[in-house]
Amino acid sequence: MSQPTYGRLITDGLWTNNQALVAMLGLCPLLATTTTATNGLGMGLATTAVLVLSNATISLIRNLVRPEVRLPVFVLVIASFVTAVELLMKAYLYELYLVLGLFIPLIVTNCAIIGRAEAFASKANLRPALVDGLAMGIGFTLILVILGGIREFLGQGTLFYQADLLLGAAAANFGLSLGEDFNGALLAILPPGAFICLGLLIAGKNLIDSGIQRLQTIKLKQPLSATQAAT
Amino acid sequence: MMKQSPILIAAFILGAFAVAGVGVVAVTHAMTDQRIVANQRQAMLNKLEAIVPDGQLKNDPLADRIRVDRPELLGASNVAVYRVRDGDAPIALILEPVVPDGYAGPIRLLVSVLTDGSLGGVRVLEHHETPGLGDKIEERKSDWIIQQFTHKSLSDPPEEHWKVKRDGGVFDQFTGATITPRSIVNVVRNTLKFVEEESARLYAEPAIGSESGA
Repeated sequence: MSQPTYGRLITDGLWTNNQALVAMLGLCPLLATTTTATNGLGMGLATTAVLVLSNATISLIRNLVRPEVRLPVFVLVIASFVTAVELLMKAYLYELYLVLGLFIPLIVTNCAIIGRAEAFASKANLRPALVDGLAMGIGFTLILVILGGIREFLGQGTLFYQADLLLGAAAANFGLSLGEDFNGALLAILPPGAFICLGLLIAGKNLIDSGIQRLQTIKLKQPLSATQAAT
Repeated sequence: MMKQSPILIAAFILGAFAVAGVGVVAVTHAMTDQRIVANQRQAMLNKLEAIVPDGQLKNDPLADRIRVDRPELLGASNVAVYRVRDGDAPIALILEPVVPDGYAGPIRLLVSVLTDGSLGGVRVLEHHETPGLGDKIEERKSDWIIQQFTHKSLSDPPEEHWKVKRDGGVFDQFTGATITPRSIVNVVRNTLKFVEEESARLYAEPAIGSESGA
């Protein structure tokens, strides 16, 4: 397999093949945890950590594992890392664990992770696998934070409320609030709000993509008509 | 025999990875175990400390714990009771009653009853109420649970007024959610009754020790 460039891996992870917006993988944790931007960020970072670790491990062992037991081995690797990350969160980010705890084991079922393991890391060298894991993880985290931010802002009128759970006491005043009187759109916090917001985000991405495409075709046409005029 | 060997190799590889995976988890567990127990303990202590008058929590109530069995008042059998003392002087009993009829499943409470029969405070340990409506019982979502219960007792308000306003009592309900506050008021009143009846025995009974020690 030809190794794509690192730049390509990064744009793929962040935009072209964004796991949440394009591949639509990992919707379960995505929709469940994004009630606030802080929760989204926490879930995103945990997912990224697992993605990088599992991609690296799977790339290292790719020649060792026979194809017939490939998938069970991948699942084993991912499940071990998820459990380890869960224990670490419980030990060092306990407050956040209380909020996200229920969803951390769900990272195992995040198809984005086994998807990258199977589709990329099992055929790539260590370094591209690491970059791919990181880029895909950050792309996923971005969407979690944006979705969490939108839902939190619409639903509670705050942004990064209780960010100190994740980022330490220094971030306690980091949050933004519209004040106590803002009642919020309850829908945004409930599961349907998550689907609606995600749908709008996907529509937004497609809009930007088609805009870029139109610009490119215009650019392509212009020099063509210029040469035609010359002849 | 030769034909079996690829399967055997595959099985061996799978087994080796299972062992390695368990190894990673075991090592992490060993590294984090003590910290996790300490975290859980501290989180619980913080909750207890918040519903006891300032600076009066001097013993280790998590170790000075008993269990009681009065499901008709406390909503569940085998309810934990933590005893707060200053030396030999009793300060408060903190119970973990369960509200069986929450709007979306049981609600676990933490109720502190001081020696004069008034409430040191009530907190919600666990609930499944609707976000934005019933979840205002959480102290970080609204101060309802602090405003409504702290310092109340069975004589203030009188027992027949231990109801939400809609039922002719004195406790606020939320717009759009009456069931949740109604059931909580009920259980808090019953907890007070239980403590009133049994207070002397509850302080005297020998402790069964903390959860992690058991």
